[in-house]
Amino acid sequence: MAQSAISVDAHHEHQHDTFKLLGFWIFLVTDCIIFACLFAVYAVLRTHTDGDLTGRELFEVKGFTAETFILLASSFTSGLASLAMHKGSKKQLLGWLAVTVLLGLSFVGLEITEFANMASEGAKITTNGFLSSFFTLVGTHGLHVSFGLIWMIGVMVQIGRHDIDSLTKEKVTIVGLYWHFLDVVWIFIFTVVYLLGVM
Amino acid sequence: MGEKAKGFFVTGDPLIYGADVSIIITLLGILIFLTYFKKWGWLWREWLTTVDHKKIGIMYLVSSLLMLFRGGVDALLMRMQLAMPNTHFLQSQHYNEIFTTHGTIMILFMAMPFMFALFNIVIPLQIGARDVAYPFLNAMSFWLFFFGALLFNLSFVIGGSPDAGWLSYPPLSELAGSPGPGQNFYIWGIQISGIGSLATGINFLVTILKMRAPGMKLMQMPLFTWSVLSSCITIIFAFPVLTVTLALLFVDRFFGAHIFTATGGGNPMMYVNLIWMWGHPEVYIVVLPAFGIYSEIVSTFSKKKIFGYKSMVFSMMIISVLGYFTWVHHFFTMGAGADVNTFFAITTMAIGIPTGVKIFNWLFTMFRGRITMTQPMLWTLAFIPCFLVGGATGVMLAAAPADYQYHNSYFLIAHFHQTLIGGVVFGYLAGLYYWWPKMFGFKLNDRIGKWAFWTWNIGFYVCFMPQYALGFMGMTRRVYTYGWDMGWAPYNMVSTVGAFLMGIGFVFQVWQILYSIKHGERDLTGDPWNGRTLEWSILSPAPHYNFAHLPAVKSDDAWWDMKNHRYGAAVQDNIKEYTPIHMPKNSGIPFLMSACWFVAGFGLTFEWIWMGVAGLAGVGICLLARSFQRNTDYYIPVDEIKRTEASLGRVV
Repeated sequence: MAQSAISVDAHHEHQHDTFKLLGFWIFLVTDCIIFACLFAVYAVLRTHTDGDLTGRELFEVKGFTAETFILLASSFTSGLASLAMHKGSKKQLLGWLAVTVLLGLSFVGLEITEFANMASEGAKITTNGFLSSFFTLVGTHGLHVSFGLIWMIGVMVQIGRHDIDSLTKEKVTIVGLYWHFLDVVWIFIFTVVYLLGVM
Repeated sequence: MGEKAKGFFVTGDPLIYGADVSIIITLLGILIFLTYFKKWGWLWREWLTTVDHKKIGIMYLVSSLLMLFRGGVDALLMRMQLAMPNTHFLQSQHYNEIFTTHGTIMILFMAMPFMFALFNIVIPLQIGARDVAYPFLNAMSFWLFFFGALLFNLSFVIGGSPDAGWLSYPPLSELAGSPGPGQNFYIWGIQISGIGSLATGINFLVTILKMRAPGMKLMQMPLFTWSVLSSCITIIFAFPVLTVTLALLFVDRFFGAHIFTATGGGNPMMYVNLIWMWGHPEVYIVVLPAFGIYSEIVSTFSKKKIFGYKSMVFSMMIISVLGYFTWVHHFFTMGAGADVNTFFAITTMAIGIPTGVKIFNWLFTMFRGRITMTQPMLWTLAFIPCFLVGGATGVMLAAAPADYQYHNSYFLIAHFHQTLIGGVVFGYLAGLYYWWPKMFGFKLNDRIGKWAFWTWNIGFYVCFMPQYALGFMGMTRRVYTYGWDMGWAPYNMVSTVGAFLMGIGFVFQVWQILYSIKHGERDLTGDPWNGRTLEWSILSPAPHYNFAHLPAVKSDDAWWDMKNHRYGAAVQDNIKEYTPIHMPKNSGIPFLMSACWFVAGFGLTFEWIWMGVAGLAGVGICLLARSFQRNTDYYIPVDEIKRTEASLGRVV
């Protein structure tokens, strides 16, 4: 062995931290493909309204614009949280994470309201191919956001218990990565679904 | 029995009653055995909670062999039904269920776990690592597969099997075409195990990229490791598509959506496109590791370095990319137009090029080598002509205009069985014989193995060659019976005889394993084949931590190099001081979480929402519980390493 066994082992352990991050990036690749498929399905079924209302009549500009700004803002605050973490300020970190969670919650709330309004107008998942693919694509994103909220609260509890250490740092980084990813997906939903829908 | 129970349990078929009885007897037998010998604690500590890749590999192996048995019985039932015209052995409905479960089980619950068994057993040892990158996730992958397979197989006696074909095309697989729970079993069984497969793909990719022994460069990796790398990349790009496709089918069936329905603006052909975007790469996912196994075996038993190492690597990577651009050849008859069909015909034929390169490399490796005819080598030699014919008929099928004639005929059936059995199954069996001593510390008996080999091989040709002819004679797949006037009877009878020969081959193998457990030749050296790669540098079976010292790699065929060129240095390495080894702790969460998935899957299958929600909540709680765990690993003290190494006969 070129190096001593001790340094080889230490070298391996040190790398364990980057393993999780790399694995999570690859997971995001798979999640990206999941959304790509859902977008493709939406693109095929977009015009399959079966004689019913189209996106132009159904989508409310105010609602989806508000959702967009709120989610973009939450991505920004989650970035501020990670800056606070690198400064080592637990208070600020928890504060910005809490703001992120609140913004995320209001996003989910708005989305549920939007879906409920559509359903009350008779635009349900069962109505036609267009709406089936719309609810599946946007709903999958919404489920991701909801899952992320529970996750983020879990991470906050852990920071409260253990302060900022290498483990909680890694967790904040990964959940932040997930959150930004959802933001990017939303930008595509905003463009492909809503903007093209109302144009 | 009440009305409700009648719908719940499958009734009315003596074959099913027989299965019910045998399932109950087997379960009782296991329960009594575990209780009588007080093995419950042992089962929990050593197996259900293990995160050791070697044990997980063995559990994958056992499950896949059981599934090979179940899928094989399905095959024999079908062949019995088809042996003669106008047979009434199986009803048409029962026949539909059997060909559906045969295909699904053989690909997803036999080939995939068999492949993962070899990943787990071999990869960390071959790259000189002590475990995989994410041992906890690895255990979870296994249990997700296990409970997914359990759910799928349950449909046989509870609720009714799926019957819409192994890929469940809509509109038949939609609620209107398949109203019962059978199709839901299909969706959830595959969905749950599919999540596990995806996780395994990520796990082994990171393992190979990040955990190689110090000094091992990418282009010095053994070819099996390369094949697993390319297979994992394909898994990562293909399996998410399967997840989406099944989820969308579920949305259609559960929420009444119109994504793949024939009415309401849905598009059934979109499902066919999506499922084959996963389905075609899937066949490369399973065959690439087989190519890797052949490469290891050919090189070891010809006592030569593999011929054309670099071209082997490139051809595997090309296959894994190109495999993603051929899916439409499964439905040239869709009517996508001449331009689309031409594109996919060309990509399909192009895959023959890297595959051909590999065949020549294996042949040139053997050329002027000192070949020893061991069991792994026999299966490898049988693979080459078999896969060649399978590939050639594949190119015939790839000619789009001609495919209008072959489409869904027995010609196709013969083709894909030839590639999947001749390529994948032969490969995994070769790998099983090759690495068996590393797993269990003894070789499998040669004499019985040769009987198994010859019955399998002769059986294969007797079974499938007539099916090519049947395809040309107009016999389409999935017909459950036919008349005397078709002229198919003699060929079908011959084919059935062949199928039973293969069945006998399998029985020989079971006997071989049981016989060898008692009488098998012990492997005391750890290197029974005079191997070339690192897994042969440690004793068999490998200790819990694999390598007491991480090996230092300086070239390809690392162990061969150490043995023959720098033995002194290697011994020097071994007598160095031990240091404590960092290992992951066992955990019950993977088992419990997968069990929760099973509960959720079962609930959603019967549309019992309370049960589905409860199961998913359990999954969530397990995830949180894991997230809150902090002490997930420990150190093996030097004393224990010394004791283990000494007990294995290694000088300390």
